[in-house]
Amino acid sequence: MCSDSLVGGWESVSKSVERQVVLPFGQVLRISFNSMVVRLSRSLITTATLALAIAFVAYIWSGYEILNSVWAQAESALRERILASGHEMIEGKFGSSPKDRWLAILSLIVCVVGIVNAQLMAVTERFREIGTFKCLGALNSFVVRIFVFEGIYQGLLGGVAGSVVGILVATVSLVLKLGWIAIRCWPLPGMALTVLWGLLLAALLSLLGVIYPALVAARMEPAVALRTEQ
Amino acid sequence: METPGDHDHNVVRLSEVTKIFRMGNNEVEALKGINFAIKAGEYLSIMGPSGSGKSTLFNMIGALDKPTSGRVFIDEVDVAQLDAYELAWLRCRKIGYIFQTFNLITVMTAIENVTLPMIFAGLNRDEYMAKGMELLKLVGLAERFQHKPSELSGGQQQRVAVARALANSPAIILADEPTGNLDLITGEEIITLLKELSTERGVTIISATHDIKMLNVSDRIVWIRDGRIDRVEERRDLKISVGEVKK
Repeated sequence: MCSDSLVGGWESVSKSVERQVVLPFGQVLRISFNSMVVRLSRSLITTATLALAIAFVAYIWSGYEILNSVWAQAESALRERILASGHEMIEGKFGSSPKDRWLAILSLIVCVVGIVNAQLMAVTERFREIGTFKCLGALNSFVVRIFVFEGIYQGLLGGVAGSVVGILVATVSLVLKLGWIAIRCWPLPGMALTVLWGLLLAALLSLLGVIYPALVAARMEPAVALRTEQ
Repeated sequence: METPGDHDHNVVRLSEVTKIFRMGNNEVEALKGINFAIKAGEYLSIMGPSGSGKSTLFNMIGALDKPTSGRVFIDEVDVAQLDAYELAWLRCRKIGYIFQTFNLITVMTAIENVTLPMIFAGLNRDEYMAKGMELLKLVGLAERFQHKPSELSGGQQQRVAVARALANSPAIILADEPTGNLDLITGEEIITLLKELSTERGVTIISATHDIKMLNVSDRIVWIRDGRIDRVEERRDLKISVGEVKK
């Protein structure tokens, strides 16, 4: 039953212990990506939390972008309508008032708490898997990286989804309020910047949420991780 | 001792190993000073009732947990002296683990599970895929390489786990109740497979078990009771007593 070709590779008895190689980046990216895809519904929940928070922030940002660009070309009647609808100008520009800023920060804080919670659950569910990885020769850094990359993927996905939704809602609501001028003056570079910021913010929030659970998981002795019930 | 390979070489040596688990204010002494040596190429069974410290001892031998006091030597290297990189190398290259609960990565296919240790060992894709398929063929699951663990029976999952344990051609295979979750016939298949590895390749097999079938193939049996070694039996002496049990 045992074929000869396998016999050749058997470790001869030696007293030296070598050092484990660090996995190439590509392998870590591949494993973490697959690992996220097979748990798609699970990770979509985390992603949705992120997307909602980013959507809110992007809605506020892009709303001001559109208003500023409309203002520049608006007639006085329209300008009056904009001011009458409750938008405040600060130093000749529409920008986040302290109230808006606090709202955005609060929504982000709630989001981080939600993500830490979701990630703690997700990592705890996978203690056995982590223990198995370590039995097979995974370094702690591998375990951390797997979770960090999964967090980044989720962050990027949530960031894109959230910014697109936020911008869409802001545009539609301003079109309804001000008419087609909101589309004609749609500030493309400003919007691109909003998406970019949304992406960065989402990736950062996701990382914040995942780093602590991942560190805890990676430092466990394999036996302890394997003992946990699933 | 009739073992293939190096006769006098200790693959594993335990010296005054104790392990204390703290649960709240309670202290449970799972191991109370174990002294023991395992020779290269041996087929060793650790027997004992549940709660005797069998699994704890298994974890110590496999460098999966730290003893509270005492020393564990693998190939005469003190495990406590190793850094994280060396420890990972040891677990990856020197020891193959088989568990009662199989512990396959549930989200990966059979071939992905088998190749994982080789990926950790730094092999390239062609090498690990070829060897992975060869190992699945060895355990008779080559056609099922794309199946997830949930699509395999218990016996098939354990065979994937055996193939995975063999991935980096380890010198030691540690099996924690490998037949515990299997029916009689599948359990026997796994035992036969392990015995073949032991005799044909000189792999040291250490298995924690309370499966009587395991005794027939073991070179030595260590009985654990209350965290201590109760007695050690050679197979020759044991055949008589097992013969009586089994008629």
